[in-house]
Amino acid sequence: MSEVIKLKKGLDIKLKGSAEPVMEVVPVPSSVALKPTDFPGLTPKLVVKQDDVIQVGDVIFYDKYHPEVVFTAPAGGKVASINRGERRRILEVVISTDPGSGSVQFRQADPQNLSAEEIKEQLLKSGLWPFIKRRPYGTIALPQEQPRDIFISTFDTAPLAPDYNFIMEGQLETFQTGIHALARLTHGKIYLGVSKTSVFTNIKQVEIRQFTGPHPAGNAGVQIHHISPVNKGEVVWTVNPQDVLFIGRLFETGKVDFTRIIALTGSEVEQPKYLQTILGTSVTSITERRLKKTGYSQRIISGNVLTGEKVKPQNFLGFYDAQVTVIPEGDEYELLGWATPGVKKFSASRTYLSRLFPRKNYILDANLHGGERAFVLSDQYRKVLPMDILPVHLLKAILANDLDKMEQLGIYEVIEEDMALCEFVCTSKIKVQSILRNGINTVIKELG
Amino acid sequence: MKFLKDFFEKTEPLVQKGARFHWLNSVHDGFFTFLFVPRSTSQTGSHIHDYIDLKRTMSIVVLSLVPALLFGMYNVGFQHYKAIGELVSTGFFSLFIYGLLKVLPIVVVSYVVGLGIEFAFAQMRGHEINEGFLVSGMLIPLIMPVETPLWMVAIATAFAVVFGKEVFGGTGMNIWNPALIARAFLFFAYPAQMSGNAVWVSMGKTDVPVDSFTGATPLADIAAGNVNFSVADAFFGLIPGSIGETSTVAILLGAAILLITGIGSWKIMVSTVAGGVIMGIILNLFAGSTGLSPESAAFFAMPFWHHLILGGFAFGAIFMATDPVSAAQTEKGKWIYGFLIGILAILIRVINPAYPEGMMLAILLMNTFAPLIDHYVIQGHIKRRLNRAKLSA
Repeated sequence: MSEVIKLKKGLDIKLKGSAEPVMEVVPVPSSVALKPTDFPGLTPKLVVKQDDVIQVGDVIFYDKYHPEVVFTAPAGGKVASINRGERRRILEVVISTDPGSGSVQFRQADPQNLSAEEIKEQLLKSGLWPFIKRRPYGTIALPQEQPRDIFISTFDTAPLAPDYNFIMEGQLETFQTGIHALARLTHGKIYLGVSKTSVFTNIKQVEIRQFTGPHPAGNAGVQIHHISPVNKGEVVWTVNPQDVLFIGRLFETGKVDFTRIIALTGSEVEQPKYLQTILGTSVTSITERRLKKTGYSQRIISGNVLTGEKVKPQNFLGFYDAQVTVIPEGDEYELLGWATPGVKKFSASRTYLSRLFPRKNYILDANLHGGERAFVLSDQYRKVLPMDILPVHLLKAILANDLDKMEQLGIYEVIEEDMALCEFVCTSKIKVQSILRNGINTVIKELG
Repeated sequence: MKFLKDFFEKTEPLVQKGARFHWLNSVHDGFFTFLFVPRSTSQTGSHIHDYIDLKRTMSIVVLSLVPALLFGMYNVGFQHYKAIGELVSTGFFSLFIYGLLKVLPIVVVSYVVGLGIEFAFAQMRGHEINEGFLVSGMLIPLIMPVETPLWMVAIATAFAVVFGKEVFGGTGMNIWNPALIARAFLFFAYPAQMSGNAVWVSMGKTDVPVDSFTGATPLADIAAGNVNFSVADAFFGLIPGSIGETSTVAILLGAAILLITGIGSWKIMVSTVAGGVIMGIILNLFAGSTGLSPESAAFFAMPFWHHLILGGFAFGAIFMATDPVSAAQTEKGKWIYGFLIGILAILIRVINPAYPEGMMLAILLMNTFAPLIDHYVIQGHIKRRLNRAKLSA
């Protein structure tokens, strides 16, 4: 077996409502959407107009500054609406689906017989390129760059995260095809981060590294840090396991197939399980008749509870999300809540009785449980960030807009998900993830 | 409790900007959030948040101070009745009630003055009221001699809150521990009233002390050359001193609460004690050297571990040095910071002839240097990261 990297720092938040290993195929939703807002820093240029008839794989919009990076339709049908927000920013392009519509034909070939250029071209044209993200910054990879290595984490340690061992059942060959394609794009290696029990250990053309430890051990960023960290001037790429399947399918069939398995989880879900649907599906298609009926309000999250996006039933799932979590909104006052013994209150600190009498799992709502304050405690973040980074000082450098310090303290190595736990444990309720993204945006703007 | 919630909810529009009682906004918000955890939910980033907040954190620190406070009240009574020679004939509760009546006014003054200023500043700045003073307001009485006049407590508290905290931007921004600023202010502004032997034991105008009574703290006695305290008394706290600092037992109880909950930094506590022990041993080694006055020689020769149970050392190490805002904030920095506090406290205590207590000055001094310590720790961290980059290049 390969090298094992043991991580100690971090935190597993045991929430109620993890998905049972049961698969349900959801009928094709009546509408799907592509959301430019899923891609930080993207300036989209629209190609379609309302009422255009489109096929699966037709270009919907492209990146203004990298026109070769296109975004294609996950389902065929008609462009139903283009919803805009402030200053006419495009929020979502909604497609009403037509099961009879065709699919754009791309090249069908074994990627092992194709050149790097041919693979790159195919990924760009088919709209699969945006699934490749780059570090630093966690933005879409640039077509002209050579990544030092490519990292794929095959397990997700976030609360209630889907189990990729289950999702990959019967799809490992397609995964292998995707790996073959990706392997052409780097002179370095493809590193596969695996958990203790993993179905990925027989994949070829990769370096396997096993990780143990609590969340965020499954984050690509943490794994990169421990395998071969990103230094200034270096670029590595990351891809999610299910998105490798998209790439595999494209080369095996010559068609884009955005079928994705998502885990429907959370304490508010009647029967947490896996659903087979397509990328960008409407939230209703997932949650309708599957949530508990309650007297209080619920929060639907596209993604996990730490990094996901709050969505409403009329919205659509995020481009990269393989999980939907539903938790109580928690928008209620609590009498002297800070003074209760807190047997049911999960806390990473040792200030509530729940620490003495741990439960199997907890129901957590979206309440902040306190007001926002200045930094007071100094040791909380470090305990949940298994990286050689001083999180509080990095954040302070960002707040002070000190570019040199941001660089020196490691802003190239982290994105929001890596420091999401810091935000969870924070006594002062500081908005860690949004501060970090602001810092990353500043670095991109100033240094490119 | 529903009527309370309704009251606060109904009055909320009245205190908004532009409304009639807008100047009560922070006060309203302060009381409302004290009684009810707000219903505000996460709008960006993580959807779930830990149940811990600053109110919880601060209330645990206050809880950890309660043993020292209660024992301090008892000891005030104890010292008083001992001084007038009626200790044997007075019951436990009489001792405690006497101390309670002496100490409570100081606590009330500290909180009323401090919170009043805190509220005013929060309102001026349009901020929420910060919980930091809940702890400072309790620390201040505990480090005062019991005979400190209330007006001095009020002035010192006001000075500490305004110049120790608010000028820097409030809780989380201050450089020095605000409670120690209050103590240092009195020490330097009113040296006649704040030192000597008359302030440590509460005496009424008509009380006649017994013949052997001096009112001096053991440290003052030792500095004057007569070592005559019992170790058991010093450990349990039945000696004259500032209200909360005398009982090592009560302080250790508080330390246990801070360590079990993880609120206080064990690294700072351990390293401070280690620094004190090592300095004590060093002084012991030099006790026999020539040129020392007999008083100094006796102080030098005092067994090193006696330092830990005398004066403000234990109290400072557990409750003052560990203040997360004014202490070093890097983990390595905490070791250095605490260690130097221990060294300096004992050094000042023994070498400085003017004032036989060094904890306050040692902590304030290291508060000042904490950012510098952190700076070098961070530079070391950055250097290591750069080396890593060079290695892989």
